[in-house]
Amino acid sequence: MSFRSVIAVLGVLAVVGLLVFGLATKGSSGLEIGDPVPTAAMPLLEGDGSRSLADYRGRWVLVNFWASWCPPCRAEASALEDFQRRYGGPRFAVLGIDTRDLSEDGRDFVAEFDLSYPQLRDGDGDVSHDFGTTGLPESFLVDPAGKLRLHAPGAVDEDYLDEAVAPLLPAGKS
Amino acid sequence: MRAGAILLAMLALALLAPSAGAADRASLTELEKQVMCPVCGTLLQLAESPQAQRERVFINRLIDEGKSEGEIKDALVAEYGDEVLALPPDSGFSLSAYVVPILALLVAAAALAIGVLRWRRAGGGPDAGGGSARPAATSERDSERLDADLARYDL
Repeated sequence: MSFRSVIAVLGVLAVVGLLVFGLATKGSSGLEIGDPVPTAAMPLLEGDGSRSLADYRGRWVLVNFWASWCPPCRAEASALEDFQRRYGGPRFAVLGIDTRDLSEDGRDFVAEFDLSYPQLRDGDGDVSHDFGTTGLPESFLVDPAGKLRLHAPGAVDEDYLDEAVAPLLPAGKS
Repeated sequence: MRAGAILLAMLALALLAPSAGAADRASLTELEKQVMCPVCGTLLQLAESPQAQRERVFINRLIDEGKSEGEIKDALVAEYGDEVLALPPDSGFSLSAYVVPILALLVAAAALAIGVLRWRRAGGGPDAGGGSARPAATSERDSERLDADLARYDL
């Protein structure tokens, strides 16, 4: 094969490779149960500093993606706060991630529903994409090893939290 | 006379000044064509989702505060990231979005020019010396053969 042919083949392979890469990265990642969850750092919604899911290793975490403009997120907020008050502690926490939202609107939402659990900000939606979310709200239960144990697309309510999430948590107030 | 003209010009400038200021003022209609609705993946101009409505409220508030178009875009990027801009910024890695197509065009033009030059040197051109000589020689041979054939039938 001549030098020119090699260059031509390499050129075609590069173009095909770019197309494949583009298609592969455009699609949703879609976490499976047992997969390690993304640990990118995100800024706190209120105050300075950032936090990552890696900071929660050793605890169960119910990660809840939400936005203030999302009506179902409003519907589930009180149930999540109630669950946090009943089960939150050194071994379990609800963690809110305000995604593709204006930070001020997000802070107003937290104040309106009097949410006491920590809130992070994912303004560009990158972390939400890494989790493979397809809409809002979505919740992910992460075990102490940082692996996905439960995925709840859509709004959760008190019954779901008590029947699907609570039995997986360590006994008693964690 | 000249003083009058100068006075008139100054008056005209004074009248034009407020309208120039108004032209610089950011407008929602213009910004909607330049920024995206991040959730919908379309221009804000075309979006009707609840998130788009909140984005419009945010932009209008900044316009009321007297922010310029650039400042409003910066504020939107701070909230939603670079993807909120319909066109990528012309700095950093995003600059490649503008530079790469131009470079690709230049490389393609250079490759085409080199190809044409080589083709012409190889005798592919219509006015190349070698290219025109060969058909002439062939014609002479054909003429000789034709003469010979005609001579044979000339009995």
